[in-house]
Amino acid sequence: MEKDSKIISIQNVSFSYESTDPDNQQLIPVLHGVSLDIHRGEFVAVLGHNGSGKSTLAKHLNCILLPTEGTVFVDGIDTKDGEFIYDIRQTVGMVFQNPDNQIVATIVEEDVAFAPENLGIEPAEIRQRVDDALNSVGMYKYRESAPHQLSGGQKQRVAIAGIIAMRPACIVLDEPTAMLDPKGRREVMSTIRRLNRENGITVVLITHYMDEAAQCDRVVVTDSGKIILDGTPKEVFSNVELLKDVGLDVPQVTELTYELKKAGIELPDGIISVEECADKLEELLRAALSEK
Amino acid sequence: MAILKTENLTYTYSPGTPYEHTAVDNVNIEFEKGELVGIIGHTGSGKSTLIQQFNGLLRPTSGTVFVDGQDIWAKNAKIRELRFKVGLVFQYPEYQLFEETVYKDIAFGPKNMGITGDELDARIREAAAFVGLREEHFEKSPFELSGGQKRRVAIAGVLAMRPEILILDEPTAGLDPKGRERILGQIKDYHKQTGGLVLLVSHSMEDIARYATKALVMNDSKIYMYDTVDNVFAHAQELRSMGLSAPQISSVFSLLEQRGLPVSSGIYTVEKAKEEILKLLAKGGEGNAQ
Repeated sequence: MEKDSKIISIQNVSFSYESTDPDNQQLIPVLHGVSLDIHRGEFVAVLGHNGSGKSTLAKHLNCILLPTEGTVFVDGIDTKDGEFIYDIRQTVGMVFQNPDNQIVATIVEEDVAFAPENLGIEPAEIRQRVDDALNSVGMYKYRESAPHQLSGGQKQRVAIAGIIAMRPACIVLDEPTAMLDPKGRREVMSTIRRLNRENGITVVLITHYMDEAAQCDRVVVTDSGKIILDGTPKEVFSNVELLKDVGLDVPQVTELTYELKKAGIELPDGIISVEECADKLEELLRAALSEK
Repeated sequence: MAILKTENLTYTYSPGTPYEHTAVDNVNIEFEKGELVGIIGHTGSGKSTLIQQFNGLLRPTSGTVFVDGQDIWAKNAKIRELRFKVGLVFQYPEYQLFEETVYKDIAFGPKNMGITGDELDARIREAAAFVGLREEHFEKSPFELSGGQKRRVAIAGVLAMRPEILILDEPTAGLDPKGRERILGQIKDYHKQTGGLVLLVSHSMEDIARYATKALVMNDSKIYMYDTVDNVFAHAQELRSMGLSAPQISSVFSLLEQRGLPVSSGIYTVEKAKEEILKLLAKGGEGNAQ
């Protein structure tokens, strides 16, 4: 059977939380009729401010939450079908914000072995998977270290290895760099990018760092439980006003080119990298200065 | 006179064991009243160990910390009073809330200082107003609030002590851009109104560029640089090699400078960059007209 190119298909999904206040039991709607398809091998960023529904959406991708209305298909399986919950969780692995909450063992390699052990995989195969996973996140040489001796970025890479050891087709990362310093953020981002490019793993990255979203193939922006933008980083970041309206930043270079355009200077839309910005400004300045 | 000063300050963890590690190494620095100093450095550079000595949470292995000219560990010094003078807001301070209501949680610090009655009430209201909490929040449990609101309650609890020196360890970690801007704007207003010293530890160079008057760079347990924000960000390349990231704009301008274009140095905000580019373009145009 030929595999569907869509690994995840979200169809018209709405979701409401139940209020925790006993005096005021009502449903709090979070997602409103969201539809989104994610294809195999894609690297998708989901951007949105706190409370925009992006984490709620992410939790629908591996059965942590089930839709109030609508359907989520993972690899063609309806997530409401309780029989296949373990298949879905092996297909889509989740990585969360705080690495300290995700590491369970006292030795790095034992932590990475946790999931495959639970899946009942043969010991020799587990050894292979743990080594592969640690190599793919660049943490093999720390395999015998204790997690508390590692930096935040290293711990987060161990958490990612723990997911990779299940050999999922897709990983969903919910703000994996929010608690890391710039170096840790760079380590984690380059690891994720490599897993996507070299191992062909589909990546859904929930973030509110615009520079991280700029490194993805596709950016989806959520606001008030809806998807308001969906496109390449260039397309999405061309909507400077709209992004600011929904409480998001754009990269500094995007904002600068936007401001210059507003002042009547001719520049292309959607500049997102430092190099591109420097190149365009260099062109402009050389042209202006040579007119002297 | 400097409001906060260190002399040969050194802190070593687990001395005499195989885990011995000097996290702050012979630091000499003076901070003046009225500054809003951004403290930057990668994880493990010694930032947190440094600031925890400023309010006596850690006792230096050697060297001295002076607050208002007083050695804080001198024989007759009162460390408890020092902690009212030097307010420290930790990372993720929302995990430290514990009272039944927002009002009571903010009251905890000033109450411990012995403040009661109208004065206490006035301080709680003032601190709450600084962080944008309204009367309707006062009787709520802090645990009913959103993450950003909880954090603002925790900061208000420190502001209510009216510290002369306010130190915040990554007050915006994990917040979205709107939440970040809001908290930093409130800190800036507080700083303007009180004219005290504010030290702000942050990983976000963009935030430091926008809000701080000076920047302190820690590297390998030592002070690498302490200067105006302009001068610090002029060293974009060095910052990057230390595992820090300079603001995007300063990277663009150092590229333009390397390529021989006549741009000014010390440009790191969008506003200044826009001005500079427009100025240069206008110059070119003028030349043409003559």
